[in-house]
Amino acid sequence: MDLFGSYALLLAFALAIYAIAGGIAAVITRRPLLIKSARNAGFAVCALIWLAFGSLVYLFFTDNFAMAYVAEHSNRNLGNLYKFSALWSGQQGSLLFWSFLLSIYVFSALFAYRGKHPELMPYVGVVLASVQLFFLTLNNFVASPFTVLALPGAGGVLHLASQVDGHGLNPLLQYPEMVIHPPVLYSGYTGFTIPFAFAMAALIGRYPGEKWIHLTRKWTMIAWCFQSAGILLGAHWAYAVLGWGGYWAWDPVENASLMPWLTGTAFLHSVMMQEKRGMMRVWNVWLVFTTFLLVIFGTFLTRSGVVSSVHAFAQSSIGTWFVGFLIIIISACLIAFLKNRDYLRSDNQLDSMISRESSFLFNNLILLVACVAVLSGTLFPVLSEAIRGTKISVGPPFFNRVNIPIAMFLLFLTGVGPLLAWRKTSAESLRKNFGWPLIGGLATAVIAVAFGLREFYVTLCLMLSGFVTFTVFSEFFRGARVIAARTGSNLISSAAQLTMRNTRRYGGYVIHFGMVLVFIGISGQAFNQDKQMEMSPGQSASQSLSRSPGVGGAAQAGLYNQGKPAEMTTGSVMTIGPYTLHLQNFDSDQQANYSSERATIDVDKGGKSVMMLYPQRRFYPSNEESGTMVAISSTLKEDLYVVYAGRSPDSNLPVIHAYLNPLVKWIWLGGLVVVLGTILALLPNRQAVMVMSPAAESSPILGGDGRQPARASISARSQLPKDNV
Amino acid sequence: MKSKVKFGIGAGIIIVTLSCLAYVGAQQSKTYYHTISEIPTLSAAALHQRVRVAGDVKAGSIQHMSGHVDFVLLEQGKGLPVSYVGTDPLPDTFKDGAQCLVEGKVKPDGHFEAETLQAKCASKYEAAPGQAKPAAPAAYSSDPKSKS
Repeated sequence: MDLFGSYALLLAFALAIYAIAGGIAAVITRRPLLIKSARNAGFAVCALIWLAFGSLVYLFFTDNFAMAYVAEHSNRNLGNLYKFSALWSGQQGSLLFWSFLLSIYVFSALFAYRGKHPELMPYVGVVLASVQLFFLTLNNFVASPFTVLALPGAGGVLHLASQVDGHGLNPLLQYPEMVIHPPVLYSGYTGFTIPFAFAMAALIGRYPGEKWIHLTRKWTMIAWCFQSAGILLGAHWAYAVLGWGGYWAWDPVENASLMPWLTGTAFLHSVMMQEKRGMMRVWNVWLVFTTFLLVIFGTFLTRSGVVSSVHAFAQSSIGTWFVGFLIIIISACLIAFLKNRDYLRSDNQLDSMISRESSFLFNNLILLVACVAVLSGTLFPVLSEAIRGTKISVGPPFFNRVNIPIAMFLLFLTGVGPLLAWRKTSAESLRKNFGWPLIGGLATAVIAVAFGLREFYVTLCLMLSGFVTFTVFSEFFRGARVIAARTGSNLISSAAQLTMRNTRRYGGYVIHFGMVLVFIGISGQAFNQDKQMEMSPGQSASQSLSRSPGVGGAAQAGLYNQGKPAEMTTGSVMTIGPYTLHLQNFDSDQQANYSSERATIDVDKGGKSVMMLYPQRRFYPSNEESGTMVAISSTLKEDLYVVYAGRSPDSNLPVIHAYLNPLVKWIWLGGLVVVLGTILALLPNRQAVMVMSPAAESSPILGGDGRQPARASISARSQLPKDNV
Repeated sequence: MKSKVKFGIGAGIIIVTLSCLAYVGAQQSKTYYHTISEIPTLSAAALHQRVRVAGDVKAGSIQHMSGHVDFVLLEQGKGLPVSYVGTDPLPDTFKDGAQCLVEGKVKPDGHFEAETLQAKCASKYEAAPGQAKPAAPAAYSSDPKSKS
C-alpha cells in the first residue's frame, strides 16, 4: 500500500508521454482513432493522479510514519482536518496537489469537449498533457511524496525504518483557513492552464475566429474567481494567524499570487475588445501566455528560495527544473507566435480616446504596469545583484507608492468604463451618463471631508468608490426601468430579470461593487493604530480563572472604574482608540497536541465592559514551534486585534500588543461579493422566452427553470434569433 | 492614427509618473544584504543604510540586558556582535544555534543594531533518524511573514 501511489504516478508519467506523442501523431494524421486514443490517455493520466493522491491521503490517515513525507508533516495527535491539510504543507505533497487539481481541470475540459471541435481539441490535449508531464516529472523523480524512511544496515542493505510519531504540522498551518486557502489558491493557479492550452492550441492550429475565447471564457472566470478568493483567504489567514496586525506585507509569496491575478484581470477585460471589435488579438494571446508564465513563475518563486525573505531558509534544487520549464514555455510561446502571427491581425483600430475601447486599453496598461512593478520589486534582490553586484531588497513603501495611484486609477476606470460607448462617445451621452455618478462621487468626498477626513488618498478612494457605486447602481436602474416599463413588474424584480438576461455584464458590475468594498476596506489602513506594553494581571495568577466572561468581566470592570487602574494591585491598563484593555489574568492549558498560555483581557468601551478577549500563545512540542492565536473583535467600523506576544525576558510579565484596524471587515465582505458576482456571471443567460401568440402575453410563461416568469418583449423577441446562434 | 498617438502620450505620462514614484519608494525602503565578513569592509556611507544579515546564533552568547538583547551571530567562522533593540518580543525559536536573520544598522564601533529579528530552529529536522535529506525545504506557506 505504501508504494501504490508511486506506481500510479509512474504509470501516469508514461501515459502522459503517450498522450503527447499520440496527440501529435493525431494532429498530423488526423485519424479519428488516434485522436480518441490520445484523449483516453489524457483521461487515464488524470485518473492515475487521483489514485496517487488518494493513496497519500490514506497514508496520512493511517499515520504511516514509515513514509518520510508523512512523518515530517503529521503526528498522531493531529486532528483529522489538519491531517488532510498536512498533505499540501510540504514541497512534495503540494506539488502532487498541484498535479491533482490540474488533473481535475484537464479531465473536465477533455470531457466537456469530447467529440467537439475536432480541429482544436487534439492540440489542446497535447498542451495540457505537456504541462502535466512537467509536474509528473517533479512528482516522480524530483520531489516524490512517497519516499520511504530507511536506515542503512549491514552490507549496504536498507532497512525500513518507521518512526513512532511524526514531527507534526507547522502550528501556523493549524488553523481552519489553512485547510481551504491552499486548495482555493491552487485551483486558481492551475485553472489558468486551461485558457493557456486553448490559446496555444488555437494559435498553433490556426483555429479560425474567436472560438477559443468563447470556449475559455468561463474557465478563465472560474480560475480568476478561485485566485481572487485564494488571495483574500491568504490575506485573512496572515491577518488572523501571524499576529502582526496586517494582512498584506508585499512578501514574495503574496506577490507571486497577485501577479497572475493582475494579468488575468487584464485578460478578462481585454477579451471583450476581441469579441466585440476584433481588436487586440496579439495582446490577448500574450496576456494568456503571460498569466500562465506567471503562474509557473509564482510556483517557482514560492519553492525555490530564489528571493530572500523569511522564506529564504528554504533552499532547494527544484528551482532549476522550474527555470527549465519556464524557458521551454517562453520558447514555445515565441515560436508559436512568430510562426502564426499573421493569423492574429486586428480587424479594427482605436477610434476615439473617449470610448469603451480606450478605457479597456488603459485598464490593461495599468494592470500590466502594476504587475511589472510587483515583479520588479519582488525580484529586486536578484536584479540588483545581477546589475550592481549588491543584493538590495525593497520594502512596502516601494510597492505602496506605485500601487496606490494605480489602484485609484483603476477604480476611476471601473466607474468610467461602463458609461462609455463602444467606438466613440458623444458629448451628450457623456453628460447624460456621468451626471449622477459624478454627483454621487463628489458628494461622498464632501461628506468625508466634512467629517474631518484629511488623508488625500483615502478621500480620493472614497470619492471614486462613491462614483463607481453610483455607476453600478445607475446601470442596474436604467436597465431595470426599461424592463419595468415594458412588463409592469416592479423595479427590483425587473433588475433581477435584467441580471439574468445578461449575467456576464451584470455579474461583472457586482464584481466591480465587491472591489469597491475591498478598496474601502484597504483605505482604512491609513488610520491603523497599535500599542504594545507589558501588562501585569489584575488578579493574582493563582486565583482560578472565571471562565464565564459575563460575570467576571462585569465585576472586574466595576472595580477598575472606581479604583486607579495604574496601580499594580489592579493590573495594567492599556487604552487604544475608544477601548480600554485590562489584563485580568493569564493561565496555561494543556491540550493533546499543544500547550497554551492565555491572557484574559477585559475590554471596556465608554466605561462599560463590552467583551472579554482571550489571546493565546501555543506551543507545539512535536516540532518545538509556537503559534499565536490572535483575539479579534471585528465590526464593520473597526477591528480590535489583540496579540499575546509572549513574556518579557526582564519581568516575565505578558506582553500584550493591541491594534485598532478600521474597516478591515469590508475587505472580506468585498471578497464575498466578488465571488458571488463571479458565480452570477458564470450562470447561463436566461433567454427571454418567445411568446407564441400575443394573447398569451397576459399569462406569464415560465422561464427555463420555472423560478421566475420571463415575459417576452418586443426587443427580446427580436434579439432571440441572434442569441440562439 | 490620432487616437493612437493620444493613447501613447497618455500611456507615457502614466509610466513616467509611476516610475518616479517607484524610484522614490525604492530609495526609501531599500535594504542591503551583506554577509558577516563584508560588514567590516563597508564604507562610511554604508552606515546610514539599512542592512540585512543572516547567520547562526553563537551558543551561549545570548545575554538579556535591560532594553536590549545582545548575542553574536556566526557565519563561516566570523562573528558579529548584535544588539537587538526592537520592540517585539523575541521569537521562541530564537535559541543557541538557531538560524537568524536580522535587519538594522551597522554602528560606527562595528556592532550591529537590529530592529527586527527572525529566527528558525535549525535542529528541527535533524533529529529524524535515517532521513534522506537533512533539512526538508519548508512549505511555501509555512513560514512566518516578515513584519517590515
